Amino acid sequence: MAVVIDKNSKIIIQGFTGKMGTFHADEMIKYGSNVVGGVTPGKGGQKHLDRPVFNTVKDAVKHTGANASILFVPPAFAADSAMEAADAGIKTCVAIVDGIPSHDMIRIKRYMRRYTKTEKMTLVGPNCAGIISPGKSMLGIMPGHIYKEGTVGIISRSGTLGYEAAQQLKNLNIGISTSVGIGGDPINGSSFRDIIEKFETDDETDAVLMIGEIGGPQEVAAGEFAKENMKKPVIAYIAGLTAPKGRVMGHAGAIVSAYGESAIEKVEILKECGITISKNPSVMGETVKDVLKK
Amino acid sequence: MDIHEYQAKKILSDFGVTIPRGGIVYSPENAENKAREIGGSKWVVKAQIHSGARGKAGGIIVCNSPLEVAQATDKLLGKRLVTNQTGPQGKIVNRIYIEEATDIERELYLGLVFDRSSESIMVVASTEGGMSVEEISKEKPESIIRSKIEVAVGMQNFQARELAFGLGIEPDLIRRASDTIIGCYKAFSELDATMVEVNPLVISKQKQILALDCKMSFDNNAMFRRNQVSELRDKTQEESKEIYASDRGLNYVSLDGNIGNIINGAGLAMASMDMIKLAGGSPANFLDVGGGATPEKIVKAFKLITMDEKVKVILVNIFAGINRCDWVAEGIVQALKKIEIKVPIVIRLAGTNVEKGNKILKDSKLKYIEASTLEDAANKAVKALGDK
Repeated sequence: MAVVIDKNSKIIIQGFTGKMGTFHADEMIKYGSNVVGGVTPGKGGQKHLDRPVFNTVKDAVKHTGANASILFVPPAFAADSAMEAADAGIKTCVAIVDGIPSHDMIRIKRYMRRYTKTEKMTLVGPNCAGIISPGKSMLGIMPGHIYKEGTVGIISRSGTLGYEAAQQLKNLNIGISTSVGIGGDPINGSSFRDIIEKFETDDETDAVLMIGEIGGPQEVAAGEFAKENMKKPVIAYIAGLTAPKGRVMGHAGAIVSAYGESAIEKVEILKECGITISKNPSVMGETVKDVLKK
Repeated sequence: MDIHEYQAKKILSDFGVTIPRGGIVYSPENAENKAREIGGSKWVVKAQIHSGARGKAGGIIVCNSPLEVAQATDKLLGKRLVTNQTGPQGKIVNRIYIEEATDIERELYLGLVFDRSSESIMVVASTEGGMSVEEISKEKPESIIRSKIEVAVGMQNFQARELAFGLGIEPDLIRRASDTIIGCYKAFSELDATMVEVNPLVISKQKQILALDCKMSFDNNAMFRRNQVSELRDKTQEESKEIYASDRGLNYVSLDGNIGNIINGAGLAMASMDMIKLAGGSPANFLDVGGGATPEKIVKAFKLITMDEKVKVILVNIFAGINRCDWVAEGIVQALKKIEIKVPIVIRLAGTNVEKGNKILKDSKLKYIEASTLEDAANKAVKALGDK
């Protein structure tokens, strides 16, 4: 079984009938993802892309047995949709949307504390490219064909830099077990540590590539976790060596505001945790290759 | 989004925080009248720019007569103030805040920020007001007290009380101090702020607790529901190219180098900048046209980059996913037909249909340098600098 999603994932699209929802649902279906329907409040009972539309996530889960969802709703309504998914028993929810207020993200995380660990939904994103287990399922907006099936796990804050890594690996004939985009926002659903822990227990993953950037404590937290708890090798690249302090670099979370948040400081701390550093973004694939050879 | 001191003070006073009497003026005549209106015998003339450390830059002047207030205002208005936070170009002073002077007994520090580790709101306080929080944590770390606030229930009185006692505030003033701290918390949580900093928070000789200087920043993503806050935006405090970019949906940060960048995705943009540095060059900007890299965005990006006179080479790096390289290439060709570019352009396409994309560029007879990898692109961009 792959991490987070697999062939059995039954996917619904929240914001199914909108332009973005329709386009990406169609791409996911073409990739082979098991899309069983979608939700657009007020359009329940209709058919869209040959699949049923429901008014609520609870209805969709009841009639389709869905256990995964992906959000294509505007930022102002995204928090509400994520909490609706959690409450309906969805196990994995991906929020692609960029622009959710930080106060809303904190509210979602607090809301989800009511669930026990086993019944709690894994929220991935927001502001991310989603999740792909090559050859099995795609719950995201990435170009599926650049991901070769294999045994390297990828976790990335950035979408396109994650694509870059997948392409570099493919060019070296190295495949990927699962790639998870955790997103560029300051408060996100799943952290590097949350996902790296899943990869450690996954039979299909041999090594993990972590693609981080400036700002926030999450890369370091994952490094410390890896040092204490992981047997599998971890490779990391941290973007933003040239980023000036105190400026937001595109991603709302990419801002250096405390010690340990610059690229150089993160690299130093990760090295101390025994993590192999990819010196530059052009050699992420080769660095993984070298580690796998050992 | 940042706002001015006087705007932040108005907000805090609406949440029950006491501030010294004052008013905003735009001319020396206004300033003199405002000083008389405020009354007293001593005033502080404060330049309103989006930056801290204004005092050291000469932006805060203490005056002993309304005439002096007028003179100080005249001196500051229209001037560019350079602080350690503004960059060498400084920030223009268009507004002056006139305030009654305060007899200070103690200066404290109070700040509220998001704590990304615990995903809660963190209140930070210190007895060492007047210094920046970085200086305090370096020089007097033992003076710092923190309190994590559970956002679902909000800040409780006991938490504010603990902070107030922790700051050594005398018993008679604890109630007033807790109300002040809770007022700041409410402003933070109810207005989608990302930072509230009162520095210094002072206890006056008359035993008042006053916010003497304060800064507030807000979450841009939440401005759709905060009309009253978003109206406080002052574009004269932002860089003109950055305003041009944000009005057109581009993420742009101006930097000091001479290689202009057009890239899709923030992470890839930072990575490309890193490669330029490793190749021995220096980026002129960070520019993310968005993951999709639509032709419209690419046209706007070229227009923006050509506004920057520092730029001697342009590096375009697009990883096309679902949008496809052939489509992106057509966008680039269209853009370069509309805009005349006088500097060398290095283009690296990757991802879906990369061969088709590169063929379209070649067939277009555009003058450009083709690159294959991130590293190749950075090396060629740096080399193009020397060739000129």
